[in-house]
Parts: sequence; C-alpha cells; structure tokens
Amino acid sequence: MTVIHPNLKQTEAKMRASDVSVYYGDKKAIDEVSIDIPSEYVTAFIGPSGCGKSTFLRTLNRMNDTIPSARVEGLIELDGENIYTSAMDVVQLRARVGMVFQKPNPFPKSIYDNIAYGPRIHGLAETKDEVDEVVERSLRRAGLWEEVKDRLSDSGTALSGGQQQRLCIARAIAVDPEVILMDEPCSALDPIATAKIEELIDDLNGRYAIVIVTHSMQQAARVSQRTAFFHLGKMVEYGKTSDIFTNPIEQRTQDYITGRYG
Amino acid sequence: MSPITLFLIAFGLGLAGWLAARAKAWSFQQESGAKRMAARPNYHAWYVALWIVIPTLAFALIWALAAPQLVIQSVLASEAASALPEFGFQRESILSEARAVASGNAGSVFNPAAQEFVEPFREAINRYHLIGIAVAVVIAFGCGVASFLRLRPDFTARTRVERTVMAILLLASLVAILTTFGIFASLVFETFRFFGMVNPIDFLFGTFWGPDPMSNPDNPDGSRYGAIPLFWGTIYIGAVIAMIVAIPLGLMSAIYLTQYAHPKVRAWVKPTLEILAGVPTVVYGYFAALTVAPAIRDMAYSVGFTSASSESALAAGLVMGVMIIPFVSSMADDSIAAVPSAMRDGSLAMGATTSETIRKVLVPAALPGIVAGVMLAISRAIGETMIVVMAAGAAANLTGNPLEAMTTVTFQIVAMLTGEGSFDHPATLSAFALGFVLFMVTLGLNFVALRVVKRFREAYE
Repeated sequence: MTVIHPNLKQTEAKMRASDVSVYYGDKKAIDEVSIDIPSEYVTAFIGPSGCGKSTFLRTLNRMNDTIPSARVEGLIELDGENIYTSAMDVVQLRARVGMVFQKPNPFPKSIYDNIAYGPRIHGLAETKDEVDEVVERSLRRAGLWEEVKDRLSDSGTALSGGQQQRLCIARAIAVDPEVILMDEPCSALDPIATAKIEELIDDLNGRYAIVIVTHSMQQAARVSQRTAFFHLGKMVEYGKTSDIFTNPIEQRTQDYITGRYG
Repeated sequence: MSPITLFLIAFGLGLAGWLAARAKAWSFQQESGAKRMAARPNYHAWYVALWIVIPTLAFALIWALAAPQLVIQSVLASEAASALPEFGFQRESILSEARAVASGNAGSVFNPAAQEFVEPFREAINRYHLIGIAVAVVIAFGCGVASFLRLRPDFTARTRVERTVMAILLLASLVAILTTFGIFASLVFETFRFFGMVNPIDFLFGTFWGPDPMSNPDNPDGSRYGAIPLFWGTIYIGAVIAMIVAIPLGLMSAIYLTQYAHPKVRAWVKPTLEILAGVPTVVYGYFAALTVAPAIRDMAYSVGFTSASSESALAAGLVMGVMIIPFVSSMADDSIAAVPSAMRDGSLAMGATTSETIRKVLVPAALPGIVAGVMLAISRAIGETMIVVMAAGAAANLTGNPLEAMTTVTFQIVAMLTGEGSFDHPATLSAFALGFVLFMVTLGLNFVALRVVKRFREAYE
C-alpha cells in the first residue's frame, strides 16, 4: 500500500488517479496506484528503470491507447471528470494534458510550423497574425525565442538537442494545456541543456500543473515540490519532495534515495 | 565429352587432394601432439582441394571455348580444305555437317562433299580432347602438389580458405552486374546499326510508326520510324492510367496497414497483397483482354461512345495499375514505418487525430520514400509487356482518348522481333533502338529512386 507522507496537506487535485492498474497483455505493469496531482506544483515520479513510472505517466493523457495490448483499469479524473469514458474526447484530452518525450521529437518541419501545428489543428489560431503571436509567445515562454527568432523557417530537426527539447516544450505550451507531462525530458541532453530545461520548468511552475518522470534524484530534488517513488509497478511513497528526500518513511524509499539500488 | 571429362578430372583430383591433405594435417597433429594448430585439418584439406579444383575448372572453361576453334583450324590446315568453296553459306554447312557426323551427333552426311572432312574432324577432335585432358591433369597435379608441399603445422590454411570463399562470393555477385553490361553493350551495338540506317531525329521525334519489314532494307523510309506514338502509348498507359489507379490505392492500403490495421488483420492482408505481385503478368494479360477490355467497351457503348475499341489503353492501364499496387504499397509501407514512432507519438500527444497525424506528419516525412516507390513502380509499368500485348492493341495511335487502342514500346519490340524479318532490316533493328530507349529511361528512374531512398534512410539514422 502506498504511504502518504503525514506532512502532505492534500490540496485540491488537478488530476486524480484512484486504484489505477495497467496491463500489457497479461503482464501487470502498474498495480493499483492512487495519487492526487496538484495544479500549482511540479510533481516528480522517481524510481528505478522498469518501475512503471513512465507507463503511469502515459495513462494520464491516454497515450497508452496507442499500444494495442495495453489495458487500463481504475479511475483517472481531470478536474473531476473521468478521462477513460467514451464521452471523453481523447483529442481534447491531449490538448489539455500535453506531453514532452524522452527524446526530443520535433516534426521534420520548420520551427514555426512545429509550434503552429497544435494551434492550427485545434483551431486556436486562424489568421496569420494569430498564429504568429502564438508562435512567439510559446517560444518566449520556452526560453527559445531569442535563439531562433531569426530562423523560424529552418527545420526543427536542425537545432541542437537541448534546443529541440525546448522546441517540443514550446510546441506543447502552444495549445495552452492545463497539465504538462514530461517523460525524462533531460535524459538525452548534456548538463548545460539540462540546466536550461530545469530552469524552464521552474518558470512554467504555477502556470501549468507539471508532472515529470526522472531518473535523476537530484533533478527531482531541484525541480519538484511533490515526489512519488515507484517500485515494481507500485507507488511506494508520496509526499513533499523535501520530506521524501530527507525523511522517508518506507525502507525501500530510503534505500533508493541513498543509492542502495536502482 | 570433353568438358564433362575435365570436370570429372577437376573434382576427382580435388577429392584426392582433399583426402591427402587432411591425412597429412592429421599427422602433423599426431606428431606434435599440439592441441592448437593454425588451422584444423579440414581447412588444410579444403586449401589443397580448392587449389586443384579452381585452376582446373578455369582451364576447362577456357578450353571449352578454345577447343572448337582449334579443331576448325587444324581441319582447314589439311589438304582437303583447299577444295572447299571460298566463303559463305555452303562452306559453313559442309563443315558443320562433317563436324556433326564426326562427333556422333548425326548418322551420315547429306552432302557428299562433307564426307571427306569427317575423318579430319574426328582426328582433330580426338587429338584436342586428349590434349585437353593431359593439360588438365598436369594443372591439377601441379597445383595440387605445389599447395600440398606448403602445408606445415603452422600454415594459416584457415584464413586462406576464407579469402578464397570471399573471392568466389564476389565473383557470384559480379555475374549479374557483368550481364547487365553485356546486355547494354549488345543493345548499343544494334542500336547504332539501326541509327546508321534511320536518322535518330526521325526516330525520336517522328509521329508516324509503321515499319514495313518487307520493304527494301537498303533504302528505309525514315518517316515510317517515328516512335513518338509508342512513347506516348507507353507513358499514357504505364505512367498515367496505371498510376492513377496504383498511387492512391497503394498509398491508402499502406496507410491502412501501418496505422489502422489490427496486427491480426495486417498479418493476413499484407501477405495477400504481396501475392498480387507474384501473379504472372500473362495472367493479368488475359484478365485485361478477356474481362476488362470487353467490359469497358460495353460500358462505353452504353453511354454512347460507339467508337470504343475492343482493345483499349484504359483496359491495359487499369489492370497494370492493379498489378502495380503491391509495389507502391510495399514501398510506401516501408517508408511510413521508417518514420520514427516518436513523430507519431509527438503528434498524437498534441491532440491530433490519427488521420491528421498521417496527413500532416507521417506522409510528409515519408514522402521521399513514397516518391521513390512510385518511380520504381513507373519504371516497372513502362517495361511491362504481357498486359499491353494482350489488351492494348497494336495500332500506333497518337491520341488522348483512353478508349482507343494504343501501342507501347514493349509491344513493338515483341512485334518487330517475332516476325519473319531479317536481322539486317531496319524494321527488326528498330526493336533494339526501342529497347535501348526503354533501358535508359528505366535505368534513370531506378537510379534516381534508389538515391532518393538512400538519402531518406540517412535522414533517420
């Protein structure tokens, strides 16, 4: 059973998962995870490889739907609304819950078109001026505007790895999501690019609910206010980041953060 | 028969060498008692066997080509040869008749003049047969002994055998390439003969095609060799009508298979589609001629086109398009599958639907591969013969009406070469010029397509 750290005051949840299990075929990858994701903080999921943290993240915007063998049980709500009903439009859901992937994946289009892609398909910006404005605003928020403003028509794939990842964040921001899911966004980046992304996450904190999966405990400690520790498909402990790192209750959490395994 | 004897010598002595070398290598191992030799006995055996077989076979090959010439030479050197007619057909027939009798392929001579050559032929054949065997044995023994003497416990037979294997494989792969060059060379030669008789300008830009194989070959009428109607028919059927069918259907089936189909559906639809590619084109041919063409004509009649022909470009093109679908589909399938799934996930995570993702991300990213696939499909379609022979008709019409009969380059090649025409006549030779043009066009298309595919692959690695 999950230990909720006693210092954690439950605030109003942006997203709430109740007894969520995920199966790949017959294999159970996530075992009855329940968690409240607050809107005003960055929540980090930590844990050793294969513990299910990314799988769980992908249930939050139904990206697991793209894997034919995946099956989700339990209840996941966004603003109190079950996202796994047929009434929930998955297209709308993903516009509200954006995602940034482990490897930067800009489309093989211009920087401008990469950002404009979402607003155009969702009809958020119709005229050229509106699209221009969204592109500039998103790139500014992602801290990329100054670097690319003179070459918006260059291919997004021509940027450096760190810039590509910020482009992907800008692309996610462009559709004005409420939640941004980040799946190990820095694992393919060098330390300087990582520092920039972490800085960006700090800037975005408060404007969006952010959930970040990370391998690096230091990163979780630096950028998040809430941390959930996953192990073998279960959520072991959840609490304020400071408590999880300084005062964990579960032995397994203690072992992991002190580097005994993982 | 001489070549077979030589083969037997090569393989027989090869086997002997193999056994001897193996026994010797074994004895090394026994004597030294060492566990580890540079190569195991089998490799020593193969080393010697290859040294025997390869040079002997090479000699056998050369001898098979050279011996008949040597036989003729020696027969012509005999005194009876001075009685032969100087040149031409008669001389050839006498000699070949005598040779046939001498080598036992014919019972008796028809032309009495050949009789006196039978004996010289028999002698010469026997003589060169024995010479061939003797040389082969000498080569086999010489190489075998030389290689056998090189065997030592520390002899690196293993790496040498490896190198020989590589050389053999290289040779095997060169055969296809060299054959292509050979085809090209023969085409070029005949094409130049044709262009010596007919002006290339008349051929490439003339608009009337009607070679007459019975006309005087020395004074051809260049205006009857205008190939534009053939080029037009080829492009109209292969690159226009067939592609109108094949591109959308092939692309859509590829998209369905890669993006929508359940793995179980894909598991049987994809192989079924690929079976289409294995149907012999002649089967498509009579489907086009017996089923599609009459249906199209009847339909055209019923809506008032009484001029519709029973053989039509439309019938050939439609069936050809269906035939090409698997090519387009499988190339497009590969290219779409080569787009990293991160692109697809990225787009879906933005809230795009599957079809938006396909239209705006996957197909643009896969476009170079798809274009290359289409080019390969076109090059196949314009080289296709059976369907147009059976369904498109023979009339060289220069028209845009798909209901009329048209003819293609491939059809005319068949028509010109299967007649009674002599190989000195420009009508026959025109087949080579047509083949040459077709060869160049398909070669160009394939070349560009493969480069595009290569560039595309690099982009995602």
